[in-house]
Amino acid sequence: MAKKPDTKRRDFLQLSTISIGAVGTAAFIWPFIKSMSPAEDTLALGTTEVDVSEIEEGQSITVKWRGKPVFIRKRTKIEIEEAKSVNISDLKHPEQDVDRVKKEEWLVLVGVCTHLGCVPLGQKLTDTKGEYNGWYCPCHGSHYDTSGRIRKGPAPENLPVPPYSFLNETTIKIG
Amino acid sequence: MSGNSKHRKYKNPFLNWIEFRLPIISYLEREYGEYPMPKNCNYFWSFGALATITLVVMILSGIFLAMNYTPHTDMAFDSVERIMRDVNFGWLLRYIHSNGAAFFFIIVYIHILRGMYYGSYKYPRELNWILGVFIYLLMMASAFMGYVLPWGQMSYWGATVITNLFSAIPVIGEGLKIWLLGDYTVGNATLNRFFALHYVLPFVILGVVGLHVAAVHVHGSNNPAGIDIKSKNDTVRFFPYMIMKDALATCVFGVLISAVIFFGPNLMAEVDNYIPADPLVTPAHIVPNWYLAPFYAILRAIPDKLGGVVLMFGSIVILFVLPWLDRSNVRSCNFRPIYKWFVMLFFVNFFILGYVGMLPAEGLYLLIARIGLVYYFGFFLIITPFIHLVETPKSLPMGISDVYLGAGEKKPILTSQKEII
Repeated sequence: MAKKPDTKRRDFLQLSTISIGAVGTAAFIWPFIKSMSPAEDTLALGTTEVDVSEIEEGQSITVKWRGKPVFIRKRTKIEIEEAKSVNISDLKHPEQDVDRVKKEEWLVLVGVCTHLGCVPLGQKLTDTKGEYNGWYCPCHGSHYDTSGRIRKGPAPENLPVPPYSFLNETTIKIG
Repeated sequence: MSGNSKHRKYKNPFLNWIEFRLPIISYLEREYGEYPMPKNCNYFWSFGALATITLVVMILSGIFLAMNYTPHTDMAFDSVERIMRDVNFGWLLRYIHSNGAAFFFIIVYIHILRGMYYGSYKYPRELNWILGVFIYLLMMASAFMGYVLPWGQMSYWGATVITNLFSAIPVIGEGLKIWLLGDYTVGNATLNRFFALHYVLPFVILGVVGLHVAAVHVHGSNNPAGIDIKSKNDTVRFFPYMIMKDALATCVFGVLISAVIFFGPNLMAEVDNYIPADPLVTPAHIVPNWYLAPFYAILRAIPDKLGGVVLMFGSIVILFVLPWLDRSNVRSCNFRPIYKWFVMLFFVNFFILGYVGMLPAEGLYLLIARIGLVYYFGFFLIITPFIHLVETPKSLPMGISDVYLGAGEKKPILTSQKEII
């Protein structure tokens, strides 16, 4: 009987040594892993103010926000109608057009294809805009509509809408 | 000098001094002098040596390129152009390095084909095969990160597309991608860490190559007949026979790679990579390097993002279990009349996949990619595990020396590898 508690004591010592060693190793590794995450200056949410007074109806501009292109399009009446008339149950990523804009004529999108991160075409008047008159990603053939929603192709989601607000009638603050 | 007469193994006292303290001389003698190579090995057995030499050349040229390269988004492209125009022999270093990468993959693909055709992955060399696949994976990672460093359009958008693959993983994908990039998009943090990893990974490869070679030396090299060494008569010494053979192979290889380096250094380069990276403009057509293109074709063949990523990584992971998928007890395809054609078709298919992987994913190309994808997985999951049920292997020679006896009917034969093993 005298030996049994001894065995348990050994087991306990062994187990606690291993656990403390494991916790110590993990605590040591963590700063290294964390150092690879975006740094504070990168994280500091950049904001971009854009003057949109020069944009004519039907035109688009591209601005850079957090290193990514942001599309700002002043939509025509027809484009707005097209975006609103879609039956959302037909969509791959169902979203109402009204939930994607603050003012009907202004569409603000992060211009990064949700498939593998290419920049879709459709910003210039001469660009191909895809089958739904919005944007077309040349990398793997995703088609977006006039609300930036995915309609055809491999992309899983709609073009995201960044956080933005209207400072006044002609200035948009992104971020 | 060596003190004890027992340790006077060599004429040269310095060698004895070393040997007594670190028996590296006898190790080299044993593994690279006396090491018995099956005497029927053909030139396919030189590609391991060629790959090792290429790795060393890549590391050397890379170190000297790094002395003139600047891993910063504002300066990377210009520093590479400076290497090309102003640094003494910089153009040569860079062309050796960029074409060396392509030739490294050519050599390794032939080396892998050799292993698959002659069944080198089978018992008792399974771990050797696994280490080899691991080297191949590390090579792909190094090549990908190296391609980002010149910071041209293809560098930037290739990096964007490949790192976005990780965002397909449910729940953690997006966070993982940002952690890998160190930013929301491919940026300076990404370029910096890719440079650091591109510098260190080849040394990791060198280490795994050491294990790969040590592992093959345990049971000895396989041979075209796929049967085991049974006597000294079956073998020749590594030195001078194999060293000389590998030296000739290296000379021929040197002529071929020099022809490309000096007369067509941009044959395998993408023109778009001579345009500096622009995060706001995606090139009309993103083309991966040809040696990674088969996997890109598999990725694009699937119309679903996650599905494509899973199959792409699956197509590499499946290589690890090949030794257990193949149920036949005959190693060499020389004695497998049906499977040999499927193995050759596998490689033809692999390069067809690579070809369509560099073309737009639409119409006929997409269809070819899908057929190629089905064959790729069909080969591993249906043909390899079950072909032995319908295939009658040819009779194996008793020993390696019997290979040279001429027509087989008079020879004593065995019907199964197992009897030899």
